[in-house]
Amino acid sequence: MFETYVDALMPKYTFPGQYESLAQIAALIRQATQELGLSSLDAYTVEMAVDEACTNIIEHAYGGEGLGEIELEYKIEADSLIIILRDHGKPFNPKKVRPPRRDVPLKRRRNRGLGLYFIHQWMDEVRFDFSEGTNTLTMVKRKR
Amino acid sequence: MEIEHTAYKRCDLIKVKGRLDSASVPEFEERLKQITNSGRYRIVIDLEDLQFISSAGLRALISTQKVCRRYNRGEVVLANVPENIKAALDLAGFTTLFKIFPDVVSAVANV
Repeated sequence: MFETYVDALMPKYTFPGQYESLAQIAALIRQATQELGLSSLDAYTVEMAVDEACTNIIEHAYGGEGLGEIELEYKIEADSLIIILRDHGKPFNPKKVRPPRRDVPLKRRRNRGLGLYFIHQWMDEVRFDFSEGTNTLTMVKRKR
Repeated sequence: MEIEHTAYKRCDLIKVKGRLDSASVPEFEERLKQITNSGRYRIVIDLEDLQFISSAGLRALISTQKVCRRYNRGEVVLANVPENIKAALDLAGFTTLFKIFPDVVSAVANV
């Protein structure tokens, strides 16, 4: 089903892999969520999922700022917003990231894994692929 | 992001505005560290004009809370939490780790 999302006509945006890009990416995503007419909370969840994904690309795929680009495409199809993020950094294996423990006391809270947790909780579909030197993350949010 | 800091006799009030993402979190963390490094551990964070917080911002809140609560010397409390940000705090399991007050006056009085 995911394959049908890839469309040559989707507009593509490229951003430098730097934290300063996050606010510009967020502005673009807000425009997309408004186009689809998502509720304020649903729009916020998409903005956060995309922010977390882009931060992961900079931190983990490229291993730092200014080392590669973030490619973003989005498309509104019926009641869904489809977002595709690509990078050319290290392959990302989501299975290697342990989910955070949310039920443990403050002292035992770990600092990592929260971003990926938000992505999975807040998007309706999430898929990670790596092929030919490119990480592709496809995320779908449906209008309720 | 903009930060306003007011030092009261019994606590510090930080009003953070705009976006707390990986670009702005280092400055936010630095401001919080300046407060705890000066030996002050009762901090009210006013989120009324915060539009966005990422997991990096949430981690900054948690690490400051750990420092403040050590030896029961104080704590970080939150005031005026916007609904979308409250949803993020809930999902992260943070609502049990921070007292949330409806306004700054009650937060400052109770921290």
